[in-house]
Amino acid sequence: MSALLAYFKPDTSTASGTLLAPARWRPLEILFWLFALSLFWLAPSKVLLLNEIAILALFALSLDLILGYAGIVSLGHAAFFGLGAYVAGLLGKHGLHDPIAGLLIAGAVAALLGFVTSFLVLRGTDLTKLMVTLGVALILRELANKFSNITGGADGLTGVTMGPVLGLFEFDIFGKTAYAYSLAVLFILFYIARRLVNSPYGLLLRAIKGNALRTGAMGIPTDLRLVTIYTIAAAYAGIAGALLAQTTQFVSLDVLEFHRSADVMLVLVLGGSGQLWGAVIGAIAFKFMYDWLADITPQYWLFWVGLVLVLTVLFGRGGLIGFYQTGRDWLARRFKTGGAQ
Amino acid sequence: MTAVLETQNLRKAFGGLIATNDVSFSLPAGARHALIGPNGAGKTTLVNLLTGVLQPTAGRILLQGHDITGLPSYKRVKLGLARTFQINQLFPDLTPLQTIVLAIAQREDAATGWWRPIGGRRDLVDEAEALLLQLGLIDVRDQRTATIAYGKQRLLEIAVALAGKPAVLLLDEPAAGVPETERHQILDVIAALPASVTLVLIEHDMQLVFRFAKTISVLVNGGLFVEGPAAEIARDPRVKKVYLGEEVVDV
Repeated sequence: MSALLAYFKPDTSTASGTLLAPARWRPLEILFWLFALSLFWLAPSKVLLLNEIAILALFALSLDLILGYAGIVSLGHAAFFGLGAYVAGLLGKHGLHDPIAGLLIAGAVAALLGFVTSFLVLRGTDLTKLMVTLGVALILRELANKFSNITGGADGLTGVTMGPVLGLFEFDIFGKTAYAYSLAVLFILFYIARRLVNSPYGLLLRAIKGNALRTGAMGIPTDLRLVTIYTIAAAYAGIAGALLAQTTQFVSLDVLEFHRSADVMLVLVLGGSGQLWGAVIGAIAFKFMYDWLADITPQYWLFWVGLVLVLTVLFGRGGLIGFYQTGRDWLARRFKTGGAQ
Repeated sequence: MTAVLETQNLRKAFGGLIATNDVSFSLPAGARHALIGPNGAGKTTLVNLLTGVLQPTAGRILLQGHDITGLPSYKRVKLGLARTFQINQLFPDLTPLQTIVLAIAQREDAATGWWRPIGGRRDLVDEAEALLLQLGLIDVRDQRTATIAYGKQRLLEIAVALAGKPAVLLLDEPAAGVPETERHQILDVIAALPASVTLVLIEHDMQLVFRFAKTISVLVNGGLFVEGPAAEIARDPRVKKVYLGEEVVDV
């Protein structure tokens, strides 16, 4: 018991303790995952929405790895999401019905595209990056549209059939298996990303984002290190797209549209970039906001989204996670001074 | 005796402007060398050529006998050539501890580990702490670099370079912009650097130059004007005329 308490209260007086502290799981994090799992039983009527949230969170996590940690801006992240979706959809349509295998292949194909395009993206300024990423996504969208004999074009890709997950769990029309499946994938990839961002490589990425001139002068081959994270992030986005294709058993051109790239950026800004939880919290907030606003003002919901975005960027640069942390620190300080007097 | 750092007929032209003109020098291990010259003499260009930011038009650069002329910056660092910048180039969001641990991890080829948490390698963390202590940065160990005093940031700039255990350290105006009250800290740190590190000081401040440099090269219009022991340079009437003269008037 005391060992457990000691785990949650890392010793921040020593140097290695300070460095290791962020890698420790906080109780709230564990509670979050337990709560997300419990929704499977607590809110069975909402699992379709929850599935979408899990997929969006994974997509945002992917963008966070390159934007929030490594500082690579992108306006075309949907390229990898869409590619993953089409690969998974086509596999499901043409004979490979195992979801996990489809997921891995979709991730690998997206990673390959990420690796190849990284060499285009990594040259030049932020504006160049924005334009190149946007361009790559536009090209992919038009290719998907043009080769309609393969992709189904504007009508979408139908006839995607999926076998049971792990050979055990059939997809059902209520989306219960879908949610459990997406949540499990999100958790595993979140865990891996969490290891990564707290590792030496994670710190190296933040250093590059902070000052690439200095990392070069430290002997770090900056571009090479960015190629790696861009490839990993592409795989993450591809897997997110594959999840959407597999759980909805349908792929449309929508997965490659510009608004997907823009939405995921919005999600990350809303939640707080440079923090893995920002991606998850942002996805939840965005989806609920969408759901709720589309209900009360179906035509003007984008107005409210715009307003929230402007307010977040102007007043809460760390997004919702930033608000939470500021609030927590403020309370901690108040509590401390109150206790001392 | 082989030179630690050597240039052979180094030349850099930007169109018609010759910024570095046929510069050849050779530094023995443990040298305390200063590179001085009036504004526009080509000091910055020479530093950029040495560190690989710029490619020379002609000539060669040798580091411990290796030809490094065509190597990118980061590979030169790996071979033992470190530098500090005239304007701080640090990581504003990281703490000094994180910065130094990363620099040491990079030196030890441990900076690409992506599974085990940073701070897990006790030997690296201990070394980082010792370095922070040595440079008087231990009191700001866990503060964001952006929030620490400017003088401390200058020290961190030197600490990052030292963390790579370089054979040659280029110090580009190490005390630039530091308030008078904090200057002695930086001077003490430079004075305490081990003889195993060859120092090249690029400096404007004559007080600093004559305190540390045993040998001096004077650059004028991109070319080597004179070089020799510090005491001789200080007496040289030609140097006084092109360079020191204005300094003395300024003081």
